[in-house]
Amino acid sequence: MIVFGWRQFRSQATVGLAGLVVVAIVLAVTGPHLVNVYDTAVAACKASGGQSSACTNPVTATYKGVQIAVMALVLVVPALIGMFWGAPLIAHELETGTFRLAWTQSVSRRRWLFVKLGLVGLASMVVAGALSLMATWWASPLDKVNQNRFSAGSFALHGFVPAGHAVFAFALAATVGLLMRRTLPAMAVTLAGFIAVRLGVTYWLRPHYMSPVTTTLPLTASNTGFQLNGPMGAPGTASLAAQAPNLPNALVSGSNIVDKAGQSPTSAYLLHKCPEMVSGGPPTGTLKTSNGGLFSGHSAAVQAPANVQNAFNQCITTLSSKYHEVVTYQPASRFWTFQTIETALFVVLALALAGGCAWWVRHRVS
Amino acid sequence: MNEVLLVIEFHLDSRSGVSPYLQIVQQVRQAMRLGLLHDGDQLPTVKEVVAQLAINPNTVLKAYRELEHEGLASARPGVGTFITGSLGGESLAAHGPLRRALQGWISKARRAGLDDESIEALFQSSFRSDAQEDIA
Amino acid sequence: MSAVLSAHGLGKRYGRRWALSECDLDIPAGHVVGLVGPNGAGKTTLLHLAVGLLTPSAGSIDVLGNRPSDNPAQLARVGFVAQDTPTYARLTVDDHLAMGAHMNPGWDADVARRRIEDLDLDPKQKAGTLSGGQRAQLALTLAVAKRPEFLILDEPVASLDPLARREFLQTLMEVVVEQGVSVLLSSHLVADLERVCDYLVVLVSSRVQVAGEVDELLSSHHRLTGPRHDVSSLPSDQHVIEESHTDRQSTLLVRCDGPVLDPSWTVEQLDLEDLVLAYMGQADAGTRRRRPSRDADADADADADAKITKLDVSR
Repeated sequence: MIVFGWRQFRSQATVGLAGLVVVAIVLAVTGPHLVNVYDTAVAACKASGGQSSACTNPVTATYKGVQIAVMALVLVVPALIGMFWGAPLIAHELETGTFRLAWTQSVSRRRWLFVKLGLVGLASMVVAGALSLMATWWASPLDKVNQNRFSAGSFALHGFVPAGHAVFAFALAATVGLLMRRTLPAMAVTLAGFIAVRLGVTYWLRPHYMSPVTTTLPLTASNTGFQLNGPMGAPGTASLAAQAPNLPNALVSGSNIVDKAGQSPTSAYLLHKCPEMVSGGPPTGTLKTSNGGLFSGHSAAVQAPANVQNAFNQCITTLSSKYHEVVTYQPASRFWTFQTIETALFVVLALALAGGCAWWVRHRVS
Repeated sequence: MNEVLLVIEFHLDSRSGVSPYLQIVQQVRQAMRLGLLHDGDQLPTVKEVVAQLAINPNTVLKAYRELEHEGLASARPGVGTFITGSLGGESLAAHGPLRRALQGWISKARRAGLDDESIEALFQSSFRSDAQEDIA
Repeated sequence: MSAVLSAHGLGKRYGRRWALSECDLDIPAGHVVGLVGPNGAGKTTLLHLAVGLLTPSAGSIDVLGNRPSDNPAQLARVGFVAQDTPTYARLTVDDHLAMGAHMNPGWDADVARRRIEDLDLDPKQKAGTLSGGQRAQLALTLAVAKRPEFLILDEPVASLDPLARREFLQTLMEVVVEQGVSVLLSSHLVADLERVCDYLVVLVSSRVQVAGEVDELLSSHHRLTGPRHDVSSLPSDQHVIEESHTDRQSTLLVRCDGPVLDPSWTVEQLDLEDLVLAYMGQADAGTRRRRPSRDADADADADADAKITKLDVSR
């Protein structure tokens, strides 16, 4: 059965392998130069520690096209593997009636299913894993510059976690194909389901794989913003915005300005404590942090006139006696642990789906 | 298909109203009468017959058993079924006088003005009524 | 002789519709069995139940003494060719044979190779480019080379041209002689079954109408023609399958266990097609009686026409 399972899978495997080879060649050819650019940039910017944008820009600007292509590939390959390898696995046999040929040979349906699922599932992990490990190797100069590989948009494009995503997408597609009995609708449903699960895991599960670490920082003028929302002339609603500190390669869940009891300052309290902020002057620009992608920049703050600056500094000094900034994050050192946890999570999901398929095939399909 | 020396090929007339196994028996008898099959000739194997006619093997077996029953064939296990005895040429030769008498009657019928169909019909009805008298 | 297939009260339901109901069969081994009936009668359902692709909703079925199941040992004893002979379009003939060899411990490679040579099939040709007749022969080879005890075929020749049909049946009969397999094949063409089958099962409207050895069926069913009779006056051992009357004449199709003694009848032999048609008509009359009487005639005519076109009367 294994030999025949491989024979059925052969053309798809060839495409996957060919794609991998092409990518490997491109990365092998461009990789060394990228490392070169990085070394040169860092050497030239020893003074600033190689972190100012004058140093990082040359690196992030190199091979922009390849960067985008590689990033896109690692992002979509698990889904593609799911759709093109998983959806037809059983659905095509049900559609064309060949299951009536396969299930009347001297092989039990469960063995037939496990060989097909196991063979192609393993192949999908190998292909997706190899691709993402190659991409991670190639992008290491960029990672050293951007230092954001733990972030929501970057985590799934690094390391070996795409292997877990791929085998889950594959198992999901095979199951949907088995239930819907038709390949094309199964592909569509799988894509939607896969995206939903990935988004859910990224934003709701991943920050909680381990208890996050918290650190407390005092309020300063450089990490706090005073916000006024409302129509011009009226005081409106006041709130404080916190800028998270620069935690390279960490997964920041959030930062809050709270007092010892964990309460945020109310608008009334703020207006009472910092009346100067209300009268006159345009609102200060809010300081933003950006979290995303392989290529990120830092956005600049808006410069305010001197009198507003002074009022602001005083306000902050007043508030900092009661309030501080609490940052919740997963430290950078946990990156590979999280990769392992998430991969294991998706593999377990895939196995559960495979078990479901086995039960369905045995008891329900006619 | 291997090349085998077949002495006789059967055919089936599905419209004749005669059951298939009987048709085979009749064709063997006819071939023997005409001298096409001799004592010792091997009849086609069951496999050869069904491969040519696409009929149930039991039909062929039934036909061959009937021939055995009539003493016209005998089965040698593992080898095949062979013709025994004959209905052939000499029988017809022995009936020379009968044949001449029949030819004379046919000439008489033609001189009386009967056409071919009438001659056949006259013969058939006489033949049948004679056969029914035998039964009764 | 042991039964190759036996069913007791077998039924299969889809939602509220019974595709097969109250099916009782006891088919002995060593025969070529024809399963005949119009489309939608439940033939495919019965065959799928026999190979384990379906499970019964009611009653039971045993094939070669065992429940049909997923068990490899049971699967190895039964060869199956599904309707429209599915094959893997993008795989070659050789690939299919390799599949057979790998998935069947009882695979006889010589038998397979010889069949493919006899058929003049190119081993490297993709199955999707084969003609219908060649695909059917390939599917038969796959079912046969694993040396099963029982071969089940679902309408194997329905979509084949007459020559391919004849060649397929020739091959099938050869296999029966060579391997001694019992065969169950379904068809809605009675003419083909007549040549190859020695046991018949008639399935109409999800029910078995009649089943038995062909010789025995033909010798126990007669057409009686004679002066107008009242059907209820017939002896009890004569069961009327089909009847039609004019003012002066009655024509009956009866099944009777003993001889017909009434001299007013002219007794005629039937052929298989007449017999099957009669049982189909009887089943149809049963369903028709349940419809409102208003349009009974129109419906009857339409049904009769449909039955006749389906039965491809060759004479």
